[in-house]
Amino acid sequence: MNNANIEAWEGFEGRIWREEVNTRDFIQKNYRPYDGDEAFLAGPTEATKKLWNIVQELQKEERAKGGVLDMETKVVSGLTAYGPGYISDDKDLEKVVGLQTDKPLKRAFMPFGGIKMAEQACETYGYTPDPQLHRIFNEYVTTHNQGVFDAYTPEMKKVRHNRIITGLPDTYGRGRIVGDYRRVALYGIDYLIQEKKKDFANCGDGTMTDEVIRLREEIAKQIKALNGMKEMASQYGYDISGPAKNAREAVQWLYFGYLAAIKTQNGAAMSVGRVSTFLDIYIQRDLDRGTLTEEEAQELIDHFVMKCRIVKFARIPSYNQLFSGDPVWATLEVAGTGCDGRSMVTKNDFRFLHTLENMGPSPEPNLTVLYSSSLPVNFKKYASKISINTSSVQYENDDVMKPVWGDDYSICCCVSATQTGKEMQFFGARANLAKCLLYALNGGVDAKTREQVGPAYRKITSEYLDYIEVIERYEDMMDWLAGLYVNALNLIHYMHDKYYYEAAEMALIDTDVRRTFATGIAGFSHVVDSLSAIKYAKVKAIRDDDGICVDFATEGDFPRYGNDDDRADDIAVWLLKTFLEKVKKHHTYRNSEPTTSILTITSNVVYGKATGNMPDGRRAGAPLAPGANPSYGAEQNGLLASLNSVAKLPYHWALDGISNTQTISPDALGHQEQERIDNLVQVMDGYFDQGAHHLNVNVFGTEKLIDAMEHPEKEEYANFTIRVSGYAVKFIDLTKEQQLDVIARTCHKTM
Amino acid sequence: MIKNIDANIKGYVHTLETFGLVDGPGVRFVVFLSGCRMRCKFCHNPDTWSIAGKEWTAGDLFRHVRKYKSYWKNNGGITVSGGEPLLQMDFVTEFFSIAKAENIHTTLDTAGEPFRRDPEYLRRFNRLMSVTDLIMLDLKEMNPILHKELTGVDNSNILDMAEYLSDNGKKLWIRHVLVPGLTDDEADLTEMHKFISGLKTVEKVEVLPYHTLGIAKWKDLNIPYPLEGVPVPTDEQIERANILLHTNEY
Repeated sequence: MNNANIEAWEGFEGRIWREEVNTRDFIQKNYRPYDGDEAFLAGPTEATKKLWNIVQELQKEERAKGGVLDMETKVVSGLTAYGPGYISDDKDLEKVVGLQTDKPLKRAFMPFGGIKMAEQACETYGYTPDPQLHRIFNEYVTTHNQGVFDAYTPEMKKVRHNRIITGLPDTYGRGRIVGDYRRVALYGIDYLIQEKKKDFANCGDGTMTDEVIRLREEIAKQIKALNGMKEMASQYGYDISGPAKNAREAVQWLYFGYLAAIKTQNGAAMSVGRVSTFLDIYIQRDLDRGTLTEEEAQELIDHFVMKCRIVKFARIPSYNQLFSGDPVWATLEVAGTGCDGRSMVTKNDFRFLHTLENMGPSPEPNLTVLYSSSLPVNFKKYASKISINTSSVQYENDDVMKPVWGDDYSICCCVSATQTGKEMQFFGARANLAKCLLYALNGGVDAKTREQVGPAYRKITSEYLDYIEVIERYEDMMDWLAGLYVNALNLIHYMHDKYYYEAAEMALIDTDVRRTFATGIAGFSHVVDSLSAIKYAKVKAIRDDDGICVDFATEGDFPRYGNDDDRADDIAVWLLKTFLEKVKKHHTYRNSEPTTSILTITSNVVYGKATGNMPDGRRAGAPLAPGANPSYGAEQNGLLASLNSVAKLPYHWALDGISNTQTISPDALGHQEQERIDNLVQVMDGYFDQGAHHLNVNVFGTEKLIDAMEHPEKEEYANFTIRVSGYAVKFIDLTKEQQLDVIARTCHKTM
Repeated sequence: MIKNIDANIKGYVHTLETFGLVDGPGVRFVVFLSGCRMRCKFCHNPDTWSIAGKEWTAGDLFRHVRKYKSYWKNNGGITVSGGEPLLQMDFVTEFFSIAKAENIHTTLDTAGEPFRRDPEYLRRFNRLMSVTDLIMLDLKEMNPILHKELTGVDNSNILDMAEYLSDNGKKLWIRHVLVPGLTDDEADLTEMHKFISGLKTVEKVEVLPYHTLGIAKWKDLNIPYPLEGVPVPTDEQIERANILLHTNEY
């Protein structure tokens, strides 16, 4: 152990983390639980106000220019490509430094996911990329996108084109890999390089199998990335070769780790991870030493969060349709409980939520409370208060995740967990199971394009649909879809590893990494309700001259998912389990563990457009219900009945997440503020105690949404944030179509 | 605690609301029973006037309601509202008895119209009270003539019920719907405060501002809406009523 470490680690407890890279052990041995209230919190400093004003002015300008403020067109993004950048000319204001490019909100040029997309992104906003780049990335360099399309089978292209599988990460970075950025602060880069070099030396026994060769090359890339991080930090005047010595350095070192990720990757989700409790240890040590005040501590967190708020990537229109409102999923967790039963809430968990008060509501970072009814009641109330005032927080059930992922997992995208520094995930978008049901009825023919997309299995020809027969055909069609889906993903992730490897993030993850393979389901509620209609009512198929089933006449009542009615909810559980079983049959790339999710992001609108009339009464082209939400208008028994239906879906069959988004009118929560806060806590306790996984909480009335849609120019709506499936977004940044979709969703009021 | 519960007794349920947060303390499951003999001009649920709807046994209803127990903890429970729940008093008694056996908080939301002092009625009423934790009582108007005009019925037995409950130590929340020009007369509100302050068991007094969300239901039922054009109260009017009723003293 060298002297620098001894100084930096003074006052810390524990042994194991000193002898190996083990951030979790460090946290568990050193954090101080806090069960008090929010009275200690400090407001924004002058520097914070000044910086945040600059950012808000820039954001206004960005919106006025159609969504993009500035773009790089000449230099390819990299750790040191653009030199240092600052928010303000007065550099001393920023307690945490580092930007993706040389200017705030300027978008980097990132061609490795696909040169065509990088160019198209520029052109969409009126920029012309350097023609030289076009030549380089077409003639000399293979991109991820090129690799995938070189290898795709005709069938894969067909399902993609017919949109039964959509949103595949074949034209953009897959994201969802969370480096353990805390390692940079705790150990410094040199130690991390030293450990990776050991791994390199121990990689393989000399027999050069494909796996060994690939891994050796990957470790070499990781070591290069670590060296690059040091260089990047030195451009800002910092030497991060050794561990951070105080709170300010800890925040800065950690942020440099994250900055390395967002300079080199434009993944769909670029999570920050579970950093709150970790950083509290450094802050608390400085507070105890008298070298930091609470104002300064809050300022550090405010500035760090400000940086997370301005992460930007250049995107193309088709991407924006899938993931509307320019999200980056800089997901960041607070709270949770330890394996030893102690609450992991520290003062810093309050500080992170408090940023929403100091700097107003914001969609990023995607603040996530790892919830348990056993969390300190003061914290639960504070989170509830922040939710009611800002609608910017999501909740995930620590009690169901902890047994699977331990007590140091991070949320790697919208809702899915990975063990920090131990795991990575292969992101897999989602399969449209609603469309799959229609394929089952029509023998694999797409009613919209009339192409034979799926296998030409027998059509269903009876006038009235028979439940048993439909289920049989549906299972066959799902079998086909799951197989094709998994294999398309295998191919995509092979190419991503090969041509767009996440060296910076993987450098901060154990070499011996566990991988999950995240598939997903779209159209969930519509399949459940349609099958319920076929089972409990009479559904007549309406066919056109070609014998293609194009519409349905449903006679009689049937139970719908979202009413706590087991008849419908049992179908929901069946659907989830059946799909996962079909996915699991197949080989998954690098022997990753297959999982699935019921999570659509805002892609429910795009998926809906490609989906025909359904037996549940949903019309062709209408948006699908998002995530695991019941269908629009289906919930007839109030919020808790709806929550109970969703809570029945077993988390262990959807380890990638079950997203539920609910909107509650403030008046329905109670007459007075304190009453509302207490009631919301109680609703969440009741929901999560039943084993439910996730809840997006919005508190506002429909009137506010309509007014914001009609008057986006009003000052009060500039930062009006809402939770949509899996993330938060500024409402006025959604497309009109998606705004209407959000308005159409059920808002729970009093009767 | 009541023994010999009859779980098979049937009641007519208008609607169920799983998420009631303004219908008693904490998070409430609200059972709206059908049937009411009052014809309040500002009624926002005229569709509950006639006894109709789904028939539930007390036992089945409780089994259904119990699925929401995890949301109640020590601050929430069941509220039976209406309609006028006292019109199906025995059903409510059995339903609440089952709930009390599991220690669940029970609230009765009533306007008191069916209350009478005859011994047979009181025997049944007392039985219900023995399994009711809280009564939310709507006082529509103090002036008997105005009350009759506004609701179609006399208010003497309603006030009598309030006193009876007070004398018997039952916890009360008093609620008053504020309709501008109809139920906001200063003298009448002062009188109402006087009456309420004479009661010994009142825990809370609430002003419920009249709203127009119920109008659509009148239209659906083809009943002319008697308060056409009456505005909802302003914030100042609500504040004034709160002061007159001394709501902050409870």
